[in-house]
Amino acid sequence: MADLSGMRFAETHEWVRKDGDTATMGISQYAQSQLGDVIYLELPAVGQQLEAGARLGVIESVKAASDLYSPVGGEVSEVNQDLKDHPEYVNEDPYGKGWVIKLRGVKDNPKLLDQKAYDAFVQGQSGS
Amino acid sequence: MVVTAERTPLYDEHVRLGAQMTNFGGWVMPLQYSSIREEHRAVREAVGLFDLSHMGELRVKDEHLAQRVVTRDLARLRPGRIQYAMLCNEAGGIIDDILVYAVADGGYLMVVNAGNQDGDFDWIRAHSSFKSSSPVGGAIDVRVAGFPAWARQGGGSVFNVGPDWALVGVQGPRAVGLVARLTGAAVAEVKYYAFIEGKVADVACVISRTGYTGEDGFELFCGNEDAVRLWRALLEEGQTDGIRPAGLGARDTLRLEAGMRLHGNDIDAGTNPLEAGLDWTLSLDKDFIGRDAIVQARQRGLSRILVGFKMLDRSIPRHGYAIVNHDQRVGTVTSGNVSFTLGYNIGMAYVPPSLAQVGTRFGVDIRGTAAPAEVVALPFYKRPHPK
Repeated sequence: MADLSGMRFAETHEWVRKDGDTATMGISQYAQSQLGDVIYLELPAVGQQLEAGARLGVIESVKAASDLYSPVGGEVSEVNQDLKDHPEYVNEDPYGKGWVIKLRGVKDNPKLLDQKAYDAFVQGQSGS
Repeated sequence: MVVTAERTPLYDEHVRLGAQMTNFGGWVMPLQYSSIREEHRAVREAVGLFDLSHMGELRVKDEHLAQRVVTRDLARLRPGRIQYAMLCNEAGGIIDDILVYAVADGGYLMVVNAGNQDGDFDWIRAHSSFKSSSPVGGAIDVRVAGFPAWARQGGGSVFNVGPDWALVGVQGPRAVGLVARLTGAAVAEVKYYAFIEGKVADVACVISRTGYTGEDGFELFCGNEDAVRLWRALLEEGQTDGIRPAGLGARDTLRLEAGMRLHGNDIDAGTNPLEAGLDWTLSLDKDFIGRDAIVQARQRGLSRILVGFKMLDRSIPRHGYAIVNHDQRVGTVTSGNVSFTLGYNIGMAYVPPSLAQVGTRFGVDIRGTAAPAEVVALPFYKRPHPK
């Protein structure tokens, strides 16, 4: 089980882990289970500036295409190149080798949820 | 508003196996159990088990009626054999694509799409007085009890036997061996698109060598009350074969690779069999509903044709996306997805005949970008050693 302490979540089901003014983001365990088999990701170029909540790309599963949103603002510093040939990493290890992009010059987003609050949010969503 | 979706007799089995359920054609069906990719692979490399009990089964005893509503000449279909055919409306549009089973006791069994079964039944029934000399005079029984239904004698020309029947698909290179171990019937001798009756795991079945996956295998019809017993026996015996239960997700990616049309996606009441590349299901030398319109459409010339295409980049075509050529919208994607077996992305689309030749390139509008695609021959995938 991945260590989720220090990780924060958006209501659009992305996670982010900050390390100084850089951050790594991906999609949550719940999101990957809802999407099912991920087969393709359309991701931004390194250097692109993103605002918190901005659409950063598209994730496609066998079932459907869905938008991805950046949980925090910053500049794209790295894109997970392994996902080109192994999009299934997002399913297999969403908090580890299935990470999506890294950002630098990160600006905080106070609207993000901690793991407990996110779990409660997901419970509320799937229960309704 | 409460929308009730029907459950098959295997519903509890799916829940127990942890399936993600989805509503399809008015039924609650398993979408996937573990992973569509893994279920797809199991069917291509080993064997997969499908609940297909949502499919409709109509017993049409009146042979004149069957000939009138079906596009193909059934007179040449011997008992025990099966044909793929269309039900068309007067305009030549495809009401449904079906399998027609010629029954030794006379007449036919028609296996129809889940969401179309009520409409098909009403359509066929509405034409049941066409032949006034029909010995049954158009009387209808809506349901018959028991299995198989054709054992029952009695009035009526069309019965909806589906509500009493379950259907289990066993598909993949190890399917025939698996079923053979559970039966004394000579299932390996059953030819493709043929059927016999026999017991599988001590359950009375109609054993049909058909499928919607592009693999060898069987579709096993049984009574609702026996469905769980048959399902569990196949799952247990299939352990050594690497069997996996497979849901509608894998069924869709499998049928797409095999170039099989999905009614409601690739074909519908607004498309005719010529456009859909299904000319081979038409017997234009016999009279059937829609024939004249189809002949006229052929004389006029087609404005669009269903083609298979592969993406030349990594983007994924989807139902409803536009086909573009020189910045003009010229067609529409009807099905598209990843091909797990081939390792690239594939789709089917209606395009003008001028763009339908194998090797022709066009664009697929994917979120505003024309992604390059090339027409390829259907089916995309053929199993290595067809029987």
